[in-house]
Amino acid sequence: MKTRAIVIGGGLHGTSTALHLARKGLDVLVIEKNSVGRHASGVNAGGVRQLRRHPAEVPLSVAAMDRWLNLDAFLGPDLAAMCEFTGHVGQVAVAETEAEMAGLAAREAELRGLGWTHEELLDQAALRRVAPALSPHCVGGLISRRDGHANPYRTSQAFRLKAQREGVRFREGTRVLGLVQAGAGWRVETSDGAFDSDVVVNCGGAWGWQVAAMVGEVLPHVDFAPSMMVSARVQHFLDPVVVGTGRKLSFKQTENGTVVIGGGILGIPDLVAETADPVAERLVESARTVHDLFPIMRTATIVRAWAGLEARMPDEIPVIGPSTMVANLWHAFGYSGHGFQLSPIVGSLLADLIVDGKSPLPLEPFRAGRFNEGPVAAHPGTA
Amino acid sequence: MARTSCELAIIGGGPAGMAAAARAAALGVDTIVLDEQPAPGGQIYRAIETVQASRADDLRILGEEYAEGAALAAAFRASGAAYEPGSVVWQALEDGRIGVSCNGAAHMLSAQRILIATGAMERPVPIPGWTLPGVMGAGAAQTLLKACGLVPDVPVVIIGTGPLIYLIAVQFARAGVPIASVLVAAPEIGMTDALRVLPGALRSGRTLLKGLAWRSELRGMGVQMVHGVSQPVVEGSGRAEAVSYTQNGMRHRIAARLVLLHNGVIPSTQLALGARCKQAWDAGQHCWRPQTNDWGATSHARIAVAGDGAGILGARGAASLGRLAALDAAVRLGKLDPARCDRMASEDRSELARQHGLRVVLDRLFPPAAELLAPTGAGDIVCRCEEITVAELQDAVTQGCTDANRVKAFTRCGMGPCQGRMCGAAAAEVIARMLHQSVDQPGQFRVRLPVRPVPLAELAGLQI
Repeated sequence: MKTRAIVIGGGLHGTSTALHLARKGLDVLVIEKNSVGRHASGVNAGGVRQLRRHPAEVPLSVAAMDRWLNLDAFLGPDLAAMCEFTGHVGQVAVAETEAEMAGLAAREAELRGLGWTHEELLDQAALRRVAPALSPHCVGGLISRRDGHANPYRTSQAFRLKAQREGVRFREGTRVLGLVQAGAGWRVETSDGAFDSDVVVNCGGAWGWQVAAMVGEVLPHVDFAPSMMVSARVQHFLDPVVVGTGRKLSFKQTENGTVVIGGGILGIPDLVAETADPVAERLVESARTVHDLFPIMRTATIVRAWAGLEARMPDEIPVIGPSTMVANLWHAFGYSGHGFQLSPIVGSLLADLIVDGKSPLPLEPFRAGRFNEGPVAAHPGTA
Repeated sequence: MARTSCELAIIGGGPAGMAAAARAAALGVDTIVLDEQPAPGGQIYRAIETVQASRADDLRILGEEYAEGAALAAAFRASGAAYEPGSVVWQALEDGRIGVSCNGAAHMLSAQRILIATGAMERPVPIPGWTLPGVMGAGAAQTLLKACGLVPDVPVVIIGTGPLIYLIAVQFARAGVPIASVLVAAPEIGMTDALRVLPGALRSGRTLLKGLAWRSELRGMGVQMVHGVSQPVVEGSGRAEAVSYTQNGMRHRIAARLVLLHNGVIPSTQLALGARCKQAWDAGQHCWRPQTNDWGATSHARIAVAGDGAGILGARGAASLGRLAALDAAVRLGKLDPARCDRMASEDRSELARQHGLRVVLDRLFPPAAELLAPTGAGDIVCRCEEITVAELQDAVTQGCTDANRVKAFTRCGMGPCQGRMCGAAAAEVIARMLHQSVDQPGQFRVRLPVRPVPLAELAGLQI
């Protein structure tokens, strides 16, 4: 009989993990309380970014980028097209002051010291060449040229369809209520009855801490709701994704001309109602940043705002790895607002770790036990 | 706008908003009316003050129902309620915060209570060709007549159902507009049909007679009316040039440079949806509306809805519910004793019951034409903002996106500047037909701020 795996959570990481477990021959069921891609996976800004990653995430991010740039091979041509991925437009962190520029230079030097060369400093003239619409007061930037963006909801559906084609089953609208050890494995109790499994993977996103708590495991619990807004169509003026250095901003123009503005302005999460609301008073900061950085946007119109529910870890990197408490339970959640780009790779590494006992890339920095080993903090200069 | 807070904010200056404001102000409630229009009246009584004062010809054309608005507007003006015309509300929240654009600047207003009185909108009529230049809502054309006496100077074809198409045709005919044809996507209803269908029609006799009178006036003026029309299509390359349709199994085609569409009106629910007020499917009117009680109260303690926005009832019902909502607001604000409230409410409660009785008859006699609710051709456009076709919606459903919001996220249908106002109902029809569901099952698109588009520069300038 095949080894059975249940993945809790039908976000991108759950779906990717399920796909890769199925490829390794497991019988996989994804249990999703709403619908696939309903929360952070489907409503994030869609940035496919290696730029300014935490050093621990860099190897994963670079490997993920290889997969994004070969989506045809990963998903097949039809599902690859569904993702609406655009690569090689670059993501640029823009410096508005010499002090910000010095910070970017320090970051670039640190990364180079670690042996990575995908981030490149831009002087004012070079910045102007990649993003002519930026306000002339910007002094320079840091670019990762392979980066780009994709449509997050369509990507989450493409991942689901790929997983389904490879034998993964999905139960949407099914809520996990409890995890009970049964022999060496698990009985997963849900709103639709109980399901037995040898392995359980917790990809619960903003609800991941609740799944951990079902076995008495206490993991950090900070839910947050990054918000975004989008403009009416504007004539094409920008190719790369522009992110702020001193200010909260993520800014990109999509194929159809609309401009998606995010960057960490927070909405109000409502974990109980399972929704999140953007807050107009807070979006004012975004509007002012865009007003200052992109003069062309001063006549644009905002047509919609939204927010997504996500879990944030104290050191702003995810938990990936085995439970600290029990066997055959694995965690992969808490991407702290930047898990989208990592989704093609983490599921693959985690499947290797679960099935073969070894991941080809280091996952040690993401171990769940790190919060019990002393204080943790975000790495400076990263996002 | 100088004010940053008030006791009662009323959004909309139509019959419900005007009547509510006058009643609330009379009870000592500090009231502000935020209205998109430049003058009181809403859509039904748009520009009533200037028409009454200086446009006698238009007053005659628009008829006695329209003239009824003058007294409401006068009472509102005299009431002492603050009035902010030209104010576009783009957010109303459960906690009373309102985001509004006025004179090129965005403001936040904090209200102890909110009364949403944003009225009705025309039910979109997404037939093939509906996005061509030269096609517009019949109500929109009527708006131009009311606002500035502007009428078409080319032959008009009117397509649709409902009593209003006869009224609009009569108004245009009186104004001398050449009407090529009124194509009615329903059988002709006579008084005997009405009585056979519903004994209750007796109570509604006056209104039904009025409808018959409009039709005989049209016949007297030589206007062609064709009943039992199906499968209407607006044809043309780059603009409307002709309308084709089927009647009695035969396909017909007439030239048309201007096509007016109408399939009844539905509540404008966007603000209440944005506030996450609970909604209910109204099978009788085939539309969503906020759940409200007899006083217009919604699922949120601070927010009420009055007028056609709470369910289509017409102008008289709107004014009555507006006054009742104002009484309820006054009680909740501690300005009115509940016993006195009940006494003051009795007349409007009776009127409301009368209007409900009448409306049930009208709803039964003039249901929306099912085939005008959503197009069926693969290439027909459902979402005009994002140019999303029937085929794209069907593909999303096939791929496993099995409710309105999943289809929206997958296709961008409803993500444009109108946030689904124009396509939400049609998209739900397409999804429901594919999944063999009732049309309420796919659900409604979620609505988020800004409910109306806001210039980025205004948002950047918002004082917080």
